[in-house]
Amino acid sequence: MIRYILRRLLLLGPLLFGITLVSWAAIQLVPGSGNYFQSLVLQYPQISPQTIAALKAQFGMDQPPWVQYFRWLWSILHLDFGLSFAYNVPVTWLIGTRALNTLLLSLTSLVVAWSVALPLGIYSAVHQYSAVDGILNTAAFVAISIPSFFSALLLLYAAYWSHLLPLQGLTSVDFDTYPWWAKVFDIAKHLVLPTIALGLFSVGGLMRYMRNNLLEVLRSDYVKTARAKGLAERRVIYRHAVRNAINPLVTFFGFELGGLLSGAAFVENIMGYPGLGRLILEALLKKDVFVVMASLLLGSVMLILGNLAADIMLAAVDPRIRYD
Amino acid sequence: MSTAQEVAAARLAAQRRAEAARARSPWQLAWRQLLRYRLAVAGGIALVVLYAAMVLAEALAPYGLDQSDRNLFYAPPTGIHWIDARGRFHLRPFVYPYRVVDPSIPQYAPDTSRTYDVKFIVRGAPYRWLGVVPADVHLLGVDAPARLFLLGTDQFGRDLFSRLLYGSRVSLLLGVLVVVLSFPVGMVMGGVAGYYGGLVDNVLMRAVEVLASFPQFYLILALTSVLPPTLTSPERIVLLSAVFSLTGWGGLARVIRGIVLGLRELEFVLAARAAGLKDFRVIVRHVLPSTASYIIVAATLTIPGVILGESGLSYLGIGVQEPSTSWGLQLAQAQSIEVFTQFPWLLMPGLAIVIAILAFNFLGDGIRDALDPRQRST
Repeated sequence: MIRYILRRLLLLGPLLFGITLVSWAAIQLVPGSGNYFQSLVLQYPQISPQTIAALKAQFGMDQPPWVQYFRWLWSILHLDFGLSFAYNVPVTWLIGTRALNTLLLSLTSLVVAWSVALPLGIYSAVHQYSAVDGILNTAAFVAISIPSFFSALLLLYAAYWSHLLPLQGLTSVDFDTYPWWAKVFDIAKHLVLPTIALGLFSVGGLMRYMRNNLLEVLRSDYVKTARAKGLAERRVIYRHAVRNAINPLVTFFGFELGGLLSGAAFVENIMGYPGLGRLILEALLKKDVFVVMASLLLGSVMLILGNLAADIMLAAVDPRIRYD
Repeated sequence: MSTAQEVAAARLAAQRRAEAARARSPWQLAWRQLLRYRLAVAGGIALVVLYAAMVLAEALAPYGLDQSDRNLFYAPPTGIHWIDARGRFHLRPFVYPYRVVDPSIPQYAPDTSRTYDVKFIVRGAPYRWLGVVPADVHLLGVDAPARLFLLGTDQFGRDLFSRLLYGSRVSLLLGVLVVVLSFPVGMVMGGVAGYYGGLVDNVLMRAVEVLASFPQFYLILALTSVLPPTLTSPERIVLLSAVFSLTGWGGLARVIRGIVLGLRELEFVLAARAAGLKDFRVIVRHVLPSTASYIIVAATLTIPGVILGESGLSYLGIGVQEPSTSWGLQLAQAQSIEVFTQFPWLLMPGLAIVIAILAFNFLGDGIRDALDPRQRST
């Protein structure tokens, strides 16, 4: 097991290299990025000429592209992601909290989605072809088909008229004056709408996946054996079938994470949530290149680590899987 | 007839039935199976209607794409009535013209002093159908000064329903364009990787892995921002589909590779190679056709993904741009809470998006089951 994890970590190296290359290339394609620093001086007069000169030297802006790339790579290996022109602060200051916020939102949505979808999936598999199963199935399709930005809009519409929940942001205006327990409550309150908007999308897919897995397991021989030896139906389902049907869902987790991060970008932008997806859009509109490159990189690192965690979890929970 | 003859006749009939069943091609069997899935059939019918409406947009839309009544901005949907203010029943539905109550909020009320019949197949504003055929026939219309805003108007007083019809051209066709662009690439890449294996396979699959390591939308965002602002809007739409294709071919390539890996040792591939065909021809003409059923399913499920992506990009203001329009761009007018809570009909384009995606998902899921012999009931 440890050898497997080590091998996976080793393989991450080349992958990360490829990712930095793509993140960098995606930005360098910008037409006229050669005289990019000239236009910056015009756009952001608050940045001193000394800073520009220092950046030029650090990132080798007068050098050929491949030198520029390795300069940038060298910097990020030292966790220096350059400077945000729009905010005039190091990118690392900006991006850390934003990434954590996105992670927080993705995790709450995951937890909510799983805790809603699994029971529903189990119920509809056990009651296959019943009316409820049909309704749940159709509802799952509808949930999959609602883009997260539209569900966010609909939720905002409902919340606006009900006055129950805060509509925008992650914290209230006077957040800093709250005692710690009120801070937690405040954040929780702000998380409700984004979590539902984002989680709804996952619920549909997860529920259908759970249902199909369980149906497959219920047809297997060991379930027949369990029934044949006279176990109670509840015991057959919850002890023998469900446990085995959940295993493949762990891989689904990694697959889902990519969708969640993408979906979060919409929800963040609509609900004014200070996350990575909102940062990247703002940075793109402001042509804040270092922020864009760093966000792309961080988003994909989160995705890769999520996938890795899913694979390791699967290896841990499923003894049938051998990785040697 | 004797019993023996009856038995013989019955046996013959059974044999014929069996032969008829055997003679059906796999595609016919799949088609019959597909017709049994009610949701898939409903999805298919919905798509036929949507795409037909897309083709006939100019004639179905009461108003033109850019026709605006500046003084009727944010007007609510026109009420269609059968009973007038004096309680009289009209056989032909009619509308009341809008009366501006307060232009600053804005607030409108129907002017009930006169009724205007809703007319079918009327001559109205001239247009060029599909940009070519000149005509002026509209399916629905009312005489001025009344207006027929079936879904209300936007901030410039443009008819939302008409714009939905025009916008469907971009929203519904972009996905098809992406399939046309990215599927050949994904199929050939996957086919080559699976067929040759070894180094080629390794390099291609590592590239796919790098692509898959980005949250797709982040990458699309970054690439879209690279598009120069000087593009005309049709050029931009084509380049948008290129961006979606560039970020989307990897998943298909990976699956095709897996299928091809299993196919390449089979006799028919060996036979094709033994016959002396060039590798590329073996891949394209003999190996890839065997992945057809997967391709069909993947295509039906790729299009809704693109609809979703495009509408999201356009909603955020970096996808399709005016003067072109798409459902996402129209929904972008509902950006501020103050606006769409007052004028909820601005959310209608979102409903159109949901319906289109849902129809594709229903159909795609049905096709997947229908093409899977294990699911087939006899």
